[in-house]
Amino acid sequence: MKIKSVYKPASLEDAYQELLKSSKHVLMAGGAWLRLSNRTVEKAIDLGCLDLAFINDTAEAVEIGSMTTLKAVEDSEIVSGLYDGILPAALSQIVGIGLRNVVTIGGNVVARHGFSDIITPLLAMNAQLKFYDKGLLSLHEYLETRGKTTDILEKIIIAKVPSRGYFKKVRKTALDFAVINVAVTKTEAGFNISVGSRPSVGMLCETAMALLNKASNIDENLVDKAARCAADSLKFSDNHRGSGDYRRTLTEVYVKRGLLQLLDLEEKA
Amino acid sequence: MKITLNINNRDYETEVKPGEYLTDTLRRLHQVSVRRGCDTSSCGVCTVLIEGKPVPSCAFLSYRAEGKRITTVEGIPDEASELSRYFGGEGADQCGFCNPGIALSVYALKQAQGPYTEANIRHVLTGHLCRCSGYHAQVEAVKRYLEANHE
Ligand SMILES: Cc1cc2nc3c(=O)[nH]c(=O)nc-3n(C[C@H](O)[C@H](O)[C@H](O)COP(=O)(O)OP(=O)(O)OC[C@H]3O[C@@H](n4cnc5c(N)ncnc54)[C@H](O)[C@@H]3O)c2cc1C
Ligand code: FES
Ligand code: FES
Repeated sequence: MKIKSVYKPASLEDAYQELLKSSKHVLMAGGAWLRLSNRTVEKAIDLGCLDLAFINDTAEAVEIGSMTTLKAVEDSEIVSGLYDGILPAALSQIVGIGLRNVVTIGGNVVARHGFSDIITPLLAMNAQLKFYDKGLLSLHEYLETRGKTTDILEKIIIAKVPSRGYFKKVRKTALDFAVINVAVTKTEAGFNISVGSRPSVGMLCETAMALLNKASNIDENLVDKAARCAADSLKFSDNHRGSGDYRRTLTEVYVKRGLLQLLDLEEKA
Repeated sequence: MKITLNINNRDYETEVKPGEYLTDTLRRLHQVSVRRGCDTSSCGVCTVLIEGKPVPSCAFLSYRAEGKRITTVEGIPDEASELSRYFGGEGADQCGFCNPGIALSVYALKQAQGPYTEANIRHVLTGHLCRCSGYHAQVEAVKRYLEANHE
């Protein structure tokens, strides 16, 4: 990437107005992913000046500022207290500590990368996104929007509810992107199941969730059925990390394991 | 952009391009222990400490380092040479290209006072690629070094 100039905004409004001025003006978070692109950026708008690196613990929710580094989220006891700590568990598997000291949670979520190991658990945790212009959107709604995001993500909001969670990243080597990643969560409202790196971006398995959440009693037969339903209802495709069929098989296995773990049921050998 | 960088407790005034990353700036300032490997933040050989935290310098914009303490392996000569004795003892290095980055991450772990479990040592070393050693000997060397050297 070639950056012609850096702009240090005085406020979110200032950053937003600069962003609107030209398609060659780009918001810059950690700058690690931008660096890998070939584009020429007329003006990089440095979000580092705007106090967006924070983790706030309020009565109802945990709020993570978009400029918070992955390492800061990983080390946060507050975040570890949510959904059995699946978000820190997912982050801690991304490359090495050094990179996680640089890259930001906002840069990951906004980019909607198929391989994201962050979107998958956040989806299952019912995360909300607060954008400067668009206001509040659920992550689920944001993922359904298409095209370039011309807005600033301020923070990610996770409601504090009694919860359990399971996360699995399958990868070929320690530093690689996921072949598949799976998150399963349980709250009083029921189960959420999300699957990412299909290789497209994380998605909730709504049919499998409905199957579980409508049932009055969940036994191993229903768990088997829900896991199969998750694998059958999502779209998977091939890339050089794995075939769509392999991903579908892995999804069934890990959704089942996640559900059994959260139901405190042992898997039969 | 004209900036002042504090490298190993010494100030350097230098001109950087807006989109310049720290590996380029440090090497231009003759800090050649900071190696260029993948240049895509994947291998760890360009690691430096910024305010005591390891970061791949190829992913860190130079102008953002102004006003922060930058440490390269030259800034921790005693610790690096002690660690290298353990690396030698375990047969953990061959070409040595990866060592400065690893030494800085191990130093950061020591400064943070652990934990010094094998699992955490492996966690800390993840992100440091080594083409020669096979990793197991490095983990053993770091374990022994930390056992012998922590307060
Ligand atoms: C070598 C390497 C390996 C990686 N491996 C993985 C992996 O295995 N799993 C995984 O999940 N991730 C992985 N990542 C991605 C990483 O987690 C981050 O998502 C990525 O680096 C972007 O974060 P950043 O802070 O560097 O953002 P930047 O590079 O600064 O920005 C990325 C994009 O997001 C936009 N943006 C950033 N912040 C905001 C905001 N607040 N509001 C609006 N737009 C914004 C920018 O304009 C830009 O388009 C990897 C990254 C690298 C470099
Ligand atoms: S050269 Fe920076 S991580 Fe490889
Ligand atoms: S000793 Fe050669 S790369 Fe590690």
